[in-house]
Amino acid sequence: MGADSTVIMDGAGVRRALTRIAHEIIERNKGITKIALVGIRTGGVYIAREIATRLHDIEGERLPVGEVDITLYRDDFKGHSLHLPVGKTDIPFSVEGKIVVLVDDVLFTGRTIRAALDAIMDHGRPAAIQLAVLVDRGHRELPIRADFVGRNVPTSLKENIAVLFDSEGLPTEVILGK
Amino acid sequence: MKQFRHKDIIALRDLTKEEIELLLETAESMREINSRDIKKVPTLRGRTIINLFYEASTRTRTSFEIAGKRLSADTVNITTSSSSTTKGETLSDTALNLLAMKPDIIVMRHSVSGSHYFLSKKMPNCSVINAGDGTHEHPSQGLLDMLTMKDRFGRLDGLKVAIVGDITHSRVARSNIQGLTKMGSQVFVAGPPTMVPPGVEKLGNVIACATMKEAIQDADVVMMLRIQQERQGKTLMPNAREYARYYGLNPVNLKMAKPDAMVMHPGPINRGVEMSSYVVDGDQSHILKQVENGVAVRMSMLYHVCSGEIE
Repeated sequence: MGADSTVIMDGAGVRRALTRIAHEIIERNKGITKIALVGIRTGGVYIAREIATRLHDIEGERLPVGEVDITLYRDDFKGHSLHLPVGKTDIPFSVEGKIVVLVDDVLFTGRTIRAALDAIMDHGRPAAIQLAVLVDRGHRELPIRADFVGRNVPTSLKENIAVLFDSEGLPTEVILGK
Repeated sequence: MKQFRHKDIIALRDLTKEEIELLLETAESMREINSRDIKKVPTLRGRTIINLFYEASTRTRTSFEIAGKRLSADTVNITTSSSSTTKGETLSDTALNLLAMKPDIIVMRHSVSGSHYFLSKKMPNCSVINAGDGTHEHPSQGLLDMLTMKDRFGRLDGLKVAIVGDITHSRVARSNIQGLTKMGSQVFVAGPPTMVPPGVEKLGNVIACATMKEAIQDADVVMMLRIQQERQGKTLMPNAREYARYYGLNPVNLKMAKPDAMVMHPGPINRGVEMSSYVVDGDQSHILKQVENGVAVRMSMLYHVCSGEIE
């Protein structure tokens, strides 16, 4: 970590934010019977698993976590002179009629979310899709907003946000770099 | 991060081990699309793919066409029986005419080995994918064969692969030898002496065996090749019955391979010649799995040539 970086959320802060998000998901949807979690690879998948664990602790029900890779749905595919590796999409349940909570680590332009929405729609017709993110850093380029936010962090375009995970995929801290 | 930087895919000989690994990994990711209700992703929207087939094909052409459509590309098929070739147009002129219509990828099968290199030079801004050229290579078949083996064993390194049949005329054999050798497998080839080219060992990690028994002994994979009646005179083998007796795979000689050995064939099969129906339809046969993997592999190839940097 360079001198220009600051920790804006430590491990305990991340854990508390995720616990609050879990409670908000339950409150908004009056339980979790229709909920399905889908994380955007790769950071979003780790966050989604953490939320699933908390939902289990609170409601006693273990929800499956789907994974979506958005590479094939990108809108900047033509501009990429280098190939992007294609990750695996794995949604091991039917999204039909479900309330899908889409999870990502950082919400920025909204383009990734747009791609993920298209990817999920290609798997079926959910009753609703809600969006949960650990950090919302602003600068949206599309009309997209999150339903559940861990922390709003106003940033400039020159800065970047990194969510760090340990080897087991547990989020350790959130860093703001200049 | 692995990268694929080729404009064309003409031969597995031209690719590195890492590039082959990347093509196979992407193919594994593509498989998920083929199992959905909506079997389509928008990745190659607006791209045009021309399937230019100078030789008969059902599997390969259909597979490339489906692969293109599942990536949302527009695919056009040209078969020579209904094209200007029958009016005497040269490959060069056909290429320039097609190029004027601004395709992004041309998938070609041609009876002349190396014709894709010629085609590629004519079109610097269009990718060329080889769907089989003469007796040179058939890279998509080699890749789908390797993917099928990888599915079964979880690795390619250290596998013993026997390839039996008309090695001389087989572009499938050449692509498999090139690819498998790079991935660390050991290839054994066998066939009638008239059908095994001298110096085949120079292609890679290959051992030419005198008998079929020697090749398939303790093999992990037994790959049988089609006897290509259209590609040879009648002099290379006495008759189909004698061929079946010495080089055909049947339940008896299959027992010489490892007990869990997988049986493969690029199709179309001459039942009762290179393979008995008992083996074709048996538990160890992975022939339809190969066809299934073909679509995913071809999606991976189309994706990577489109995203690859122009050399």
